Amino acid sequence: MSIPTKMRASVTNGVTEVRALMQHEMETGRRKDESGNLVPAWYITDLKVQHNGRTVLEGQFGTSVSKNPFLVFRFKGGKAGDKLSLAWADNRGEKRSDEVIIG
Amino acid sequence: MQEIDRSTIDSGRRHALRAGVGLGLFGILATLGLLPKSAWAGVDRKVFEAKSLNEAFKAMGGLAPADSNLINLDVPETAENGAMVPVIVECKFPRTEQIAILVDKNPTALVENWTIAEGTEGYISTRIKMAQTSTVIALVKADGKFYKAVKEVKVTAGGC
Repeated sequence: MSIPTKMRASVTNGVTEVRALMQHEMETGRRKDESGNLVPAWYITDLKVQHNGRTVLEGQFGTSVSKNPFLVFRFKGGKAGDKLSLAWADNRGEKRSDEVIIG
Repeated sequence: MQEIDRSTIDSGRRHALRAGVGLGLFGILATLGLLPKSAWAGVDRKVFEAKSLNEAFKAMGGLAPADSNLINLDVPETAENGAMVPVIVECKFPRTEQIAILVDKNPTALVENWTIAEGTEGYISTRIKMAQTSTVIALVKADGKFYKAVKEVKVTAGGC
């Protein structure tokens, strides 16, 4: 089971700043474990952030994003109390979506 | 620094010429954004397999982005931990449509590709892995054109 994304969003002068910390190993497929075996690639490939159902940001990742991907971005039009969701999918086909209320 | 930039631009042009011949109709349509996109819009996943900056630009349809001072690429001069290098890209274009972050000397060059919706600022703050000292490139699409900003990050302990 995947772990929820830590997320915070707040509005200042009509601009909502979103800070997110996804919880994912982000294995490149090039790292070796203690016994010298390659650890298979396991990483988030796609990501989507929606505000009240409208997509505000979409992303695609390769293997070189740090473990527990960190993201800050800003968009106009959010209000305190609005719903924001962040969904990701990884290369194993696992998906998760988390929500936060804009503060 | 100047020399690096010039060689990148020149080889980008050569790739653009070659790509124009090799890609055919599919490539041209894809470049123009006329092909149906996957469920989540963005670049073809194959671009993530490109092993260098020039290969990635070629895979994106032969890009030869111009340097732009409207892109602020904020990276550390030196990264002690290549597993976690902070990168901030901030654009001052009227309408930023796409932001991609690339590392020339990583095993695969393209790290992240972002599609910026209308009303979303041209700003991304993130953390990436770097295998060794390399140039980091912010590739930005704004008002239908591609631009870039380039900076070198010295990596003392690689993180790939």
